[in-house]
Amino acid sequence: MTDGAVDVAVSVTLAVLVLAFTLSLVRLLKGPSLPDRVVALDLMAVLSVGIMAVTAIGLDAPSLLQPALVLALIAFLGTVAFARYVEKTGSQQEEREGDT
Amino acid sequence: MRDLLTIAFMGVGAAFMLIAAIGVLRLPDLFTRMHAATKAATLGAACSVAAAIVHFGPGDAGVPATLIIVFLFVTAPVAAHVMARAAYRVRVPLWKHSVRDELRPLYKDKPPA
Repeated sequence: MTDGAVDVAVSVTLAVLVLAFTLSLVRLLKGPSLPDRVVALDLMAVLSVGIMAVTAIGLDAPSLLQPALVLALIAFLGTVAFARYVEKTGSQQEEREGDT
Repeated sequence: MRDLLTIAFMGVGAAFMLIAAIGVLRLPDLFTRMHAATKAATLGAACSVAAAIVHFGPGDAGVPATLIIVFLFVTAPVAAHVMARAAYRVRVPLWKHSVRDELRPLYKDKPPA
C-alpha cells in the first residue's frame, strides 16, 4: 500500500463530507422550526470536526486536530445556549420562526 | 497495513456522516431528525478522528485526538437531550403518524414554558 492510496482516499472522503455538509445546509435553510435549524447547525459542526481530521491526514499536519477539538467544544456550548434561548422565548417565537 | 486501517476508518466515518446528513434532510420531524444527527454523525466523526490516530501514531496525535473522541461522546447526548427537551416544551409538532405521546399529559396543566 503506497502513500498515494491514502491521498486518493482523503480526496474521496472529503468529497463525501462536503456532500453531507451541503445536505445539512439544505435542512438549515429549510427549517421549518428553529430547533430544526439548531440540529442542522450542530450536525454541521460535527461534520466540520470530521473534515478537519481528514484534512489533517491529507496534509500530514497533526496540529490541525487542535482546532477540531476547540470546535467540538464550542459547538456543544452553542447548542446548549440555543436550547436555553428556545425554551425561554417559548412558542410564539416558534410560530413566527415557522413561517419564514 | 497502517494505511489500510486509516483508509478503512476514514471510509466508515464518511459513510456514517453521509447517512446522518441524509437522515437530517429526509426524516419527517424534528425528533427523528435529531436521532440521525446525534448518533450516526458522532460515530462518523469519531471514526475520522480514529483514522487520524492510526495515521499519525499515538505520539503525534494521541492526546488531542483522544480528547476529541471523549468530548464528542460525552457532549453529543447532553446537547441532544437539552435541545429535544426545549423543542418539546415549545411544542414542536410530532410526525403526523406518531402513535403515542406519553409525556404530553404530564405537561397539560402547565403553560408552554
